[in-house]
Amino acid sequence: MLRHGAVVIVGAGQAGLQTAVSLRSAGFERSVVLIGAEPGLPYEHPPLSKALLAGTAQPKDVALRPESYFDSHEVELLAGERVVAVERDMRRVLLESGAAVRYEHLVLATGAVNRRLECPGCELDGVLSLRTLAQALELRERLLDAERVAIVGAGFIGLEVAAVARAMGKQVDVFELAELPMGRVVSEPTARFFARAHRREGVHLHFNSGVRRIVGDGGRARAVETSDGDTVLADVVLVAIGIVPDDELAAVAGLPVAGGVRVDQRLLTPDPAISAIGDCARFPSPFADRPVILESVQNACDQGRAVAARVSGDDRAYTAVPWFWSDQGQLRLQIAGLTVGAQDAVVIGDPEQGRFSALCFAGGRLLGVESVGRPGDHVAARKLLARRASLSPEQARRADFDLKAYARAA
Amino acid sequence: MPKVIYQSPDGARTEIDAPVGATVRNLALANGVDGIVGECGGELMCASCHVYVDEQFLERLPPVQEEEDEMLESTACERLSNSRLSCQIKMTDELDGLLVRLPEEQL
Repeated sequence: MLRHGAVVIVGAGQAGLQTAVSLRSAGFERSVVLIGAEPGLPYEHPPLSKALLAGTAQPKDVALRPESYFDSHEVELLAGERVVAVERDMRRVLLESGAAVRYEHLVLATGAVNRRLECPGCELDGVLSLRTLAQALELRERLLDAERVAIVGAGFIGLEVAAVARAMGKQVDVFELAELPMGRVVSEPTARFFARAHRREGVHLHFNSGVRRIVGDGGRARAVETSDGDTVLADVVLVAIGIVPDDELAAVAGLPVAGGVRVDQRLLTPDPAISAIGDCARFPSPFADRPVILESVQNACDQGRAVAARVSGDDRAYTAVPWFWSDQGQLRLQIAGLTVGAQDAVVIGDPEQGRFSALCFAGGRLLGVESVGRPGDHVAARKLLARRASLSPEQARRADFDLKAYARAA
Repeated sequence: MPKVIYQSPDGARTEIDAPVGATVRNLALANGVDGIVGECGGELMCASCHVYVDEQFLERLPPVQEEEDEMLESTACERLSNSRLSCQIKMTDELDGLLVRLPEEQL
């Protein structure tokens, strides 16, 4: 059967689903087809490494929309269908099942896959990865039975899982190649604060330390061998070393890719019938000096909205302020803006009390703000960045500086 | 089972059976009630599940905590004295008949 969608969305994650939802709420009346490789309903991703893993949320709690939504809003959801090719000249996508779906506009929201750890033993039973709901449920099951958990990578996911596993009473070892956690995304004061906090909770953090080999016994992971030659016992090994954007469909279809599908500031590829959004899309951001991929709920949803608006006739550049959060045990890190590449971080508040913000600057310009226990600073930072208001490190260093008051006056 | 009533800006009302413990945000999404976005998943990271709570129920709600208070400063529609984030309202038997009015915009 040849299906047809005025808009066909490949990828039913948060970005893809949001596109469909926003099309309908904007009054778009033509056909919308949403194709997802995973079975089941589209779901929220943040709880996978937090509440779902901790057991305080169940799979039914994370569905983004009930099944009835897709009928009542006439969004055709093809779940468990993999798209294997985009035929641009025919304006259609081919499914693994052999069917074809014609499009007038195609939205690539294919997401990303986890970077694999390439080392001996990486295929052993008990070596896990966390990206999908199924993987989160498997990790939860394995954690329940485990005594010792090794986590490779001290990024957001690695540290969120470390905190959950520690709260479950597990022995937790985290191995990180860099000398600080979350080094790719947060400033040094924030990274050091979180390293201290996790150590205080009893997490064993190993920096400047890679995993050379995973040692098995009867096909199951039993230990990791580090680059220093140490052997650390582990029943479960979680690999959390980042993602690789899934740009293969676009690449094979002859669209430009460069670590992600390249799009312009309207999120369009050079083919005016194809957009790309979310974790798979590399786009020029006013908050970065080169095209970026932003792995966040905010970016996925805002880009879905932006494409839906364009298709519905409201065409404008995508300029949303990036924001992120990470819950690590009792601590919540909130980030507004993109603080990568900061040359200068001014800390306000008191890290000792677990309430501070790091204001990150480069070239005298505010890049973003990382906050712990100061939600008011976070909200203020989003407003400042949205208005492109100026703030210098000198102003921020004044003893009486108050970010909330400054944002109100700006 | 207690009920929660959502009133859209045009006055239309939707009544939903609300299991005790479920949040007003989650109930709206699970039942396809338009007008609540709740983008962050009920995590107090956005203000897109903003509702105006009918005055007679206001005192029966737990007080606004710091994170909610700060987020309410960034609602798309004006914050009023009865503004709450619906992810923070868990249904109880005492809240049976809870009426929340939805703002014109959430983003």
